[in-house]
Order: sequence, then C-alpha cells, then structure tokens
Amino acid sequence: MKVLVPVKRVLDYNVKPRVKADGTGVDLANVKMSMNPFDEIAVEEAIRLKDPARGGGVTEIVVVSIGEPKAQETLRTALAMGADRAILVTSDTKVEPLGVAKILAKIVEEEQPQLVILGKQAIDDDNNQTGQMLAGLLGWGQGTFASKVELTEGNVTVTREVDGGLETDSFTLPAIVTTDLRLNEPRYASLPNIMKAKSKPLAQKTAADYGVDVTPRLTTLKVVEPAKRTAGIKVADVDELVTKLKAMGVAK
Amino acid sequence: MKTLVWVEHDGTAVKDATLAAVTAASQLGEVHLLVAGEGVDGVAAAAAKIAGVGKVHVADDAAYAHALAENIAPLVVDLMGHHDAFVAPSTTTGKNVAPRVAALLDVMQISDIMSVESEDTFTRPIYAGNAIATVQTSDAKKVITVRGTAFDKAATEGGSGTIEAVASQGDTGVSTFVNAEIAANTRPELTSAKIIVSGGRALQNGENFHAIIEPLADKLGAGVGASRAAVDAGYVPNDYQVGQTGKIVAPEVYIAVGISGAIQHLAGMKDSKVIVAINKDEDAPIFQVADIGLVGDLFKVVPELTEKL
Repeated sequence: MKVLVPVKRVLDYNVKPRVKADGTGVDLANVKMSMNPFDEIAVEEAIRLKDPARGGGVTEIVVVSIGEPKAQETLRTALAMGADRAILVTSDTKVEPLGVAKILAKIVEEEQPQLVILGKQAIDDDNNQTGQMLAGLLGWGQGTFASKVELTEGNVTVTREVDGGLETDSFTLPAIVTTDLRLNEPRYASLPNIMKAKSKPLAQKTAADYGVDVTPRLTTLKVVEPAKRTAGIKVADVDELVTKLKAMGVAK
Repeated sequence: MKTLVWVEHDGTAVKDATLAAVTAASQLGEVHLLVAGEGVDGVAAAAAKIAGVGKVHVADDAAYAHALAENIAPLVVDLMGHHDAFVAPSTTTGKNVAPRVAALLDVMQISDIMSVESEDTFTRPIYAGNAIATVQTSDAKKVITVRGTAFDKAATEGGSGTIEAVASQGDTGVSTFVNAEIAANTRPELTSAKIIVSGGRALQNGENFHAIIEPLADKLGAGVGASRAAVDAGYVPNDYQVGQTGKIVAPEVYIAVGISGAIQHLAGMKDSKVIVAINKDEDAPIFQVADIGLVGDLFKVVPELTEKL
C-alpha cells in the first residue's frame, strides 16, 4: 500500500526568529530553512513502515510539499531519507492549513494512499490543524500526536500522547496519523542517498491544477515581539534565595 | 454572538482549561456549553453552575465516551447550525477535535488565542512564542482554541445555565478507543499549578530527578515539570514536558533546575510571573529570562534549598 507524507519547509528550529521592524511578519530573508521537525519524524515513520517485519505491506512513499518553489529542497531531503517520489505544489500566495488540507484531499483522491502521515504541527505557525482538517474532509479516522503506530490488516493502532499520559485508539484504514516527537528518531540522509535522490521523480504542480480556492481566510494585521521580561537579579547563595522566596510568599 | 464552548471533563468533573475557554468565549457574547460523554449528568450539573453560562447542551451516548474526534465533530457541526463560534481549550482533546470541526464547517481555525481584540480579531503566538500575531478572520462562523494560561478562569459557582439534551449523532465507526494509561499524579496538575519545579538534562538520570526535584516540589506544594531533554532521556514521562510541543504553563513561580533554556522550552513557560533558575553555567540562556538566578551545582544547592524552606 501507498503512504502519503506531506512535509513543510520552515525556519530552522535552532534559529531565533526576528520580527520585522514594520510588524508585517518574521524576517525569513537569508535565514536557514529546514524540514519541519515533526515532518522528518513522519517521513522516518513511513520509511520504517516499509520494513516487511512491520507487517503493514507499505510499498511506496509519496512525499508532497505545498508552498514556494524552494520547498523542492525539502522534498529532496525526504527523498534522500528514503521516500520514493515527490509532488511539489507551488502557490503564489501563502496557503493556510485549510487550503493545504483541501489540496491534500485532492492528491489523496488521485493517489489513493491508505495512510497519510503528517507532523502534528509546523513550528512556524504552530497551528496544529492540517492533519485533523484533512481527516475531516475525507471522513477518515485521525490518530493525532502519535508516539507509536502499528499497521495491521485494515487497521492502524495509534498510541497518542494526551495531556494526562497515553491513549491508544484504533482506526479503520484509510486513516490519518500525525506525529509527536517521541514516535522515532529520524535518520540523516547519507551522501550517496542525497545523490540518488536527485534522480528520483518530482512532479511539479500548482495550486490551480487542483481547482482548489486557497484564498486566505485570516489576515495578519500585525506581528510584534512578545513583551520582554525585565532583567532579573542573581543571588549569591541558597540563603538569599530562601529569603526571596519567602518574601514572595512562596514559602513560609 | 452565540458561542458554543467544548467542555473538557474526566467523566466526573469539568477540567480547569474549560473555565479559561468560557472567559474567552464570554468576550464574544452569549456562552453555551457542550457536555458530551457517557453518564455525564454530574458534569452537566457542574457546568451549568459556571458563572455566565446560558444553555448547557448535553449529549449522553457511548459514542462520546472517549471524546473521539470522529464522533464528536458531527455533533458539534450540527449544533453550529445555531451558534456563531465554537471555542475549545488548547488541550490535546481540544486540539484534536476543533480543526476537524473547522474543516467540516469550511472555516479556518484560529489556534491558541491569547486575547480577544474584537469579534473577529484575536492575538496568537507563532514561532514558539517568539512573535505574537494579530489575526482577523473573514469566516462567518469561527472556530477557536484558547490558551488556558492567557485567560482567567471563570468562577465555578454562581451560574444558572439551563440543561438541554441533544440527540446523539451516533458512532461513525472509523475509530475505536482501545485503552488509556493516565499517569497517577498526586501533585497539582501542571497547567493549573501555582508553583512549578522543573528539571532538565543536568539531573543525569531518573533517580536523581525523583531524589532532587520531587522533595523540593512537595515542600512547596508545587507541580513537577521537565524539559524535553529530561523527557527524551527517560527521566520522567512525556506528559511532564513543558514547552512549545508540550504543555504551556504560566504559574506564579516557575523554578527551572538544570535547564539551559532552549527556545522551545521558553515557549512553554516564559509567561510565568516569576522565574527562578538554578544552573551551574552562568551563561545559560535561562538566566536571560529568570527574575532570580542562582549559579551553582544543583546537586548541592537544591537539597540545601529544600532543607531550608
């Protein structure tokens, strides 16, 4: 069976974002961009599910990215990790999770995967929506925040990271899974695999090809830096710290 | 504007996060609640007493027992025929259900709002809280999740909502609850604790974490948190994690022990009123946000602190 893995190109997680002085957004000029960390985990899981020992019968992994042409680099990274082919959907405007989910729903219609694995959230917009929206549009089950995935005949069983601990749910295939941090440790692409990835198929499409209206529903009026914390003090020893805590009423 | 708030509960009591969502919803207009589950009369009665609540819709059915999004979403969509906004707390359940509802209503969700500027304009954090965006929606119906630490909790007494049963939409049959392992925790819940003591990688192992962090927390009646490093290394379970991808907390006092202060961790705790940092590296980024810092070896300092409190 086929697995579809959507990936997003985002500001590298190690880079401290800088808000533009004019308040229109975060400065993305000349900063390092990478694959969204949760998407790396999604690609890794798809590759691991291809192992016949996992018993799910995964035979092909298709990765897809929606956004600017440079997202091609992100797709090549996924191909170098072990995905089989890629689809790049470019758009002139920023596509919101709802638009992404609608385009993905069209791709699902064409490709007929049994499983779509997405990251639980992108670390730029921190929305945590796309997987759930896609599941809603398709009427499929959604195993969100997965820390363990098991494929069996006709089903996927997902252990999910919920607020109080873990919850395991089972979903009829086809289904959606979104990854949490502890699902796996993504591999690094080796140099030979990076070279090989250059010749793997990468289809180029535009949002218009799918006939989906991706007009944004939200307008960002401004983006500002969060309130800065005032500089603190350093105490010399535990006694001074105890005095401070007592003064705050934290301890008696 | 008529707003429907998703009530998160454990089958017997309304969870705190819901109360913050009610406060946010009350800034939009009339507040109605949705209590879905199995055998939830008690929860519905408690929900009706929340200050400022009008109608409480109760959907009692086995299909809603475990809040599976596949079954809950059609129920919410049906009720949204006569509501203008759906509001859920930014808990794992809220985050699981709300976007599915949004897609079915064909609207863009506004995630994790920190303030209501007007009926259609909200602020929310992006880039791990390193930027705050003000966004305006053009959707007629709104789907919103609420950051619990950004709003005061509505009072649990004083309301006189009317309880109304709603018909079940049944089980969609695509999902089944298997089991849950909910960590037994006798300490205050992280997201509502007034004081939190958090440990990081510097604790070196789980035994040290228990031996050093927990006595201090117990002395202060505090909740216990952890950095991702401590969770990944297996010192504590993942639901202890504070950060961009874990829990967002804003206690009165946050004591960070052996935590360097990576962007992703700060995202989860930098709205705490007072931050105390204990770290042996005086250049650790945590000291840039700490109100009170103590440079020292946590293995010496923390037991001494516990002793002297």
